[in-house]
Amino acid sequence: MSVFGWMNDQILRMVWLNDLVENGVRAVGLDPASRLGGSVQFFVYDVIKIFALLSVLIFVISWAQSHSPPERTRALLGGRSGLGANTMAALLGTLTPFCSCSSIPLFIGFTAAGLPLSVTFSFLISSPLVDLASVILLASIFNWPIALAYVAVGLVVAVVGGTVIGRLGMEDQVAAFVRTAPVSGEAERLTQRERLAYARDQVAEIVRRVWPYVLIGVGIGAAIHNWIPAEVVSALIGQDKWWSVPLAVLVGIPMYADIFGTLPIAEALVGKGVGLGTVLAFMMAVTALSLPSLILLRRVVRLPLLVTFTGVVTAGILSIGLIFNAISNWFI
Amino acid sequence: MIIKILGSGCRKCVTLAENASAAAVAAGKQAQIIKVTDFAEIAAYGVMSTPGLVVDDKVVSAGKVLTAEDIAKLL
Repeated sequence: MSVFGWMNDQILRMVWLNDLVENGVRAVGLDPASRLGGSVQFFVYDVIKIFALLSVLIFVISWAQSHSPPERTRALLGGRSGLGANTMAALLGTLTPFCSCSSIPLFIGFTAAGLPLSVTFSFLISSPLVDLASVILLASIFNWPIALAYVAVGLVVAVVGGTVIGRLGMEDQVAAFVRTAPVSGEAERLTQRERLAYARDQVAEIVRRVWPYVLIGVGIGAAIHNWIPAEVVSALIGQDKWWSVPLAVLVGIPMYADIFGTLPIAEALVGKGVGLGTVLAFMMAVTALSLPSLILLRRVVRLPLLVTFTGVVTAGILSIGLIFNAISNWFI
Repeated sequence: MIIKILGSGCRKCVTLAENASAAAVAAGKQAQIIKVTDFAEIAAYGVMSTPGLVVDDKVVSAGKVLTAEDIAKLL
């Protein structure tokens, strides 16, 4: 086995941890091949792995992101337009620190500085959708080709979605106070100590926020993994069922959960023969659109723009799901 | 003095408000703490990352949860 493969298996996928948990399950008198033993093994292994990876990743990524505050992103994007600007906005969206409660001030800040709606929306779509931590977790649970494909299609949704919204000329759909808001200057420079403190706080904050979702997600994943027969799953949402992708999107949109909570469910579903496209569409719908964030967005844009935004993103996710299901044998 | 906390009511904003009131007490200042949740008003301060901290109508920090000690230095 190659060095890269070994490192990937042991560090990212934590194969050693799975072996350790399997021995632990045996030690308490359960058979890992049985339903109960298998569920316990899946649950313990996934919970430890997700929290360990999450903490390390959030720390490193937050530290890196502290170099790229939204003010700098805005300055970089200022005065640009066209497809290049949208692509740049989508790429920066993956790097800029982002919390859903900050998305509205960010939207106001971008729009007030005169950035076109298309660029702002490309950023707003890619920011929650393609997140560095989730990409690495995807690589850990599935594999690198899938993680990279997820990034690529996430960026495509952001670029195309932003472009479509820009073409529709809905500039008048933004609340008036947004345009007249003052534009702040440079972000303050941080010292190295402040960056590390910021990274540490982010870990504490995010772990505190997502742990219930992770436990619920892994719980559902463990149940699917060991208790629900593959025939039932594939009869309901199997790859050959045309409704599987639309259903996944419909269920995912109103849901407010973190991608970290949906990954274990995705893992278990793929194991039961659900199409990769269906699972990716579900994860994207959960992260890109949620009722709480739409309600917040409604406070700064009029209803037609909000509906357009939701529609464009939904259409993008649907097509990605269908395309991935059609070509999934390239990946698994 | 008037201290304003800008933010839509997320957890960070609540912590920052608590730290600000502790800082005011520690610094021995009479301070009124106001939570600003209206986006129009937040936007008027030009803040792009919440929570923001405003002391006597001047933005002193954005996007950070400062500790009570840090805030006391700013008062």
